[in-house]
Amino acid sequence: MSAEGPPFGEPIGEAAELAARLRDRDLSAAPAALNLIENRAKGDEVGALLRAVSPAALGAEPPGHIVGVTGPPGAGKSSLLSALVRAWRGDGRTVAVLAVDPSSKRSGGSLLGDRARIEFDPADRGVLIRSTAAGGRLGGLAPATRAAAQALSAAFDVVVIETVGVGQSETEVAEVADTVVVIVQPGSGDALQFIKAGIMEVPDVLVVTKADLGDVALRARRDLSAALRSLGARETPVVAVSTIAPTTGVNELIAALDGHRASLDLPARRAESRRTSALADFAAEHGDRGMRALGGRRAALRFLAEQEPGLDVATLVERLEQRAEVAP
Amino acid sequence: MSVRLDQPDRPWMMRTYAGHSTAAKSNELYRRNLAKGQTGLSVAFDLPTQTGYDPDHELARGEVGKVGVPIAHRGDMATLMDGIPLDRMNTSMTINATAAWLLALYVVTAQEQGVEEGALAGTTQNDIIKEFLARGTYAFPPGPSMRLIADMVAYTVTRIPKWNPINICSYHLQEAGATPVQEIAYSLSNAIAVLDAVRERVDQELMGPVFGRISFFVNAGVRFVEEHAKLRAMGQLWDQIGRERYGVDDPKHLRFRYGVQVNSLGLTEQQPENNVQRIVLEALAVTLGRSARARAIQLPAWNEALGLPRPWDQQWSLRIQQVLAFETDLLEYPDIFEGSKVMDGLVAELVEGARAEMAVVAEHGGAVEAVPYMKAALVDSHRERIRRIEAGEQTVVGLNKYTETEDSPLTADAEGGILVVDPAVEAEQRAAVEEWRSQRDASDVERALAELRRVADSEENIMEATIAAARAGVTTGEWAQALRDVFGSYRAPTGVGDAAGEGASDDLEEIREEVERVSEALGRRVKILVGKPGLDGHSNGAEQIAVRARDAGLDVVYEGIRLTPAQIAASALQEGVHVVGLSILSGSHRELIPSVIEALREAGVDVPVVVGGIIPEADVEPLKSAGVAAVYTPKDFDLSKIMRDIVGLVGEGAKASA
Repeated sequence: MSAEGPPFGEPIGEAAELAARLRDRDLSAAPAALNLIENRAKGDEVGALLRAVSPAALGAEPPGHIVGVTGPPGAGKSSLLSALVRAWRGDGRTVAVLAVDPSSKRSGGSLLGDRARIEFDPADRGVLIRSTAAGGRLGGLAPATRAAAQALSAAFDVVVIETVGVGQSETEVAEVADTVVVIVQPGSGDALQFIKAGIMEVPDVLVVTKADLGDVALRARRDLSAALRSLGARETPVVAVSTIAPTTGVNELIAALDGHRASLDLPARRAESRRTSALADFAAEHGDRGMRALGGRRAALRFLAEQEPGLDVATLVERLEQRAEVAP
Repeated sequence: MSVRLDQPDRPWMMRTYAGHSTAAKSNELYRRNLAKGQTGLSVAFDLPTQTGYDPDHELARGEVGKVGVPIAHRGDMATLMDGIPLDRMNTSMTINATAAWLLALYVVTAQEQGVEEGALAGTTQNDIIKEFLARGTYAFPPGPSMRLIADMVAYTVTRIPKWNPINICSYHLQEAGATPVQEIAYSLSNAIAVLDAVRERVDQELMGPVFGRISFFVNAGVRFVEEHAKLRAMGQLWDQIGRERYGVDDPKHLRFRYGVQVNSLGLTEQQPENNVQRIVLEALAVTLGRSARARAIQLPAWNEALGLPRPWDQQWSLRIQQVLAFETDLLEYPDIFEGSKVMDGLVAELVEGARAEMAVVAEHGGAVEAVPYMKAALVDSHRERIRRIEAGEQTVVGLNKYTETEDSPLTADAEGGILVVDPAVEAEQRAAVEEWRSQRDASDVERALAELRRVADSEENIMEATIAAARAGVTTGEWAQALRDVFGSYRAPTGVGDAAGEGASDDLEEIREEVERVSEALGRRVKILVGKPGLDGHSNGAEQIAVRARDAGLDVVYEGIRLTPAQIAASALQEGVHVVGLSILSGSHRELIPSVIEALREAGVDVPVVVGGIIPEADVEPLKSAGVAAVYTPKDFDLSKIMRDIVGLVGEGAKASA
């Protein structure tokens, strides 16, 4: 973490104010909060913001449902998200979508195209769509995306993290999301092969898009269910969705997402997610040397598990740094 | 072989792409053009009509009567064709997503004139794939759009046999940057997709006449020798497709028939008089060789890169055609390239290249499925074209070479030598459509729309219900909305995400360093929103800016076409961008840009806004006083300079807030 920002004074005031507004579910604070979270020069303020919306500060986990949605290009993610956003809003739930796109290795720049594809009503203050570049991490999450999801889950009913790809990105998404949805395009065997081969963990919910394709979609759904059964994951829902009129399957999908969330030990999953994030941040900052000082990954995770479960990521990183006796 | 024809050929059909302001004004213009020796009509519709919105729809704001005539109902069509005998006219309509509707209005107007539909002759452009690829006036998703086209082909082949129900366009592909090989391959693949769809809806014995009714609308650039070879190559491939894929053997049906509008992409804002010679040479490309000569020609005006052409500018272009046809000896000879090794060699090269590219499209599953692939390929080609011009590898006289010039007397008048549409037109049209709605029999309209929805949701042909709706007084917006209700709406792929990244160059490295420096100062990477407000679908400029900005190291939010000011403002706020770039080519900038800025400021977004497009010089100052930080027009071909400006603007902001 950079130490450039002043440790106290007005900017921290901004973080505190934004956190207070997010806690009050004031959605208009979200864009400014995201600008702050993405600001690499303001690590301390970001830490302060996250601390103020952590379970330790709130007395409970932030209430928003963090849903990871991932799938290959062309699988119909954007149409699905458009339909989901519409349905969630129809239920009166507020939604934030964090869309993650790859960055160009050559220039560092990125084209954040997916936003164009998610339809929403610009007058509706209950929807926020923010696209972020992955920042050079192939199939991975933008460094700020985890922090953004945690902060926004204090204010929004649903926070979606959308990533592109199959086989890599859902692993990182799984570290942040309460519920991971993998989208499968009928006719493409990718997800099926990855699950069978163990490259990809079994997601919480599988969606077969383009159900209007009829037999092809039905077969894809059957194959997936069979694969899940053979892996002993017979409870994992497989939902077929058509986003082309007449839309089908969206309500079933929402029920499956809600069902998964209800079955979850949320504090445990979130605490684990924060520990994984903290370790990843620590490793990014202090490298192999830092990890050796902690006695390796397993020892570090054991140490983190001994800390209070409601602590925010930045505090956990500090604890790791103290333990490893490395300068922050 | 005789070196002369016994009889000189009849000239091609001469048209002028025209229409603006109102149906009455456009009718007056058509009548004058016909009196000047024009032999057919080419109707330009405004963007709301092309995309299925009435003049009082939010998205129509600033666009009514701009790039063409607004036609909201049969009353407008009757006014447009008033005094023009439709049984003796050949009318070409540049209309695509709403083609079935405009044809229906035309049929009803003819019937009101006492002309049976079977006597009508003309063309509806009706090529939706190129709208997804290049032009942007689509309204419905690909599947239903293809069905509407197939319905029109099936209807006209028996009921309006002299109608060309579809004009497959390679024109817009070249405007979007296509190479000759891409232009041939994508347009022919497109024709195959249409014919495959029609084959499912008509009897096999009708496939000959159906094939014979498919015509093309092509482009010709200034490299006129190769361009002529391109047309011969298209003819060869077309003949082969007809025989092999569709079992057509009547030579009459196999003829490659095309109309043409020559290239606008290559026309320059600098020294605009040079465009006249470009247009003449391009006209030669489509007329020189008899065996691949255009059936109908319309030429752009010399001032298209400046704004909308006036009647006088269009007359000049018509006179070019007349000099070519009536003063020169062009029409007295058989094909002058027959036996030419060079021409045959060029044709063979293009045929081979196009076959290979068509195979790639076929591997994607055909033209409909390959839209994202083709779109990305076009964005790439266009990027390469701009790079060559910037680097001086491709000479454009007056633009990157021989730029010293005297002031042009052609642009010396108050308007800068272009047509300015009276802003009062839009208000008039809004009031007129409201008046029209209040005068109709509401129950007739409801019944017609209910029937239209029922048919749209069934397998039946859409034309009968559409003609009935036209007769009942349904409006353009109502017809399209009824179909949107059934078909859903759609956004086409932008193509920019898949465009290849640019390699290293000193210029780009320098900008990247500056981007890094400004990004460090800001704490996060410089982020730009590239937006296209309004209905204008010409997205080339916006796409090239988006791709170059990414290559310069910016995070780029590009949202595609057809956005309201409210949508742009919401995106800018939510995305936390540092700068907003807007692109408009339809002439609606005076209305739309200030509304976008107002919406941004209302949303609390106080970042610099830059604008690019066909912006007449006279409009630059008003835009700046409305809050625009910089204006770019076609003469600003150096994208690197634009990038440096934009990064500089953001940098100043970063300093000011530090």
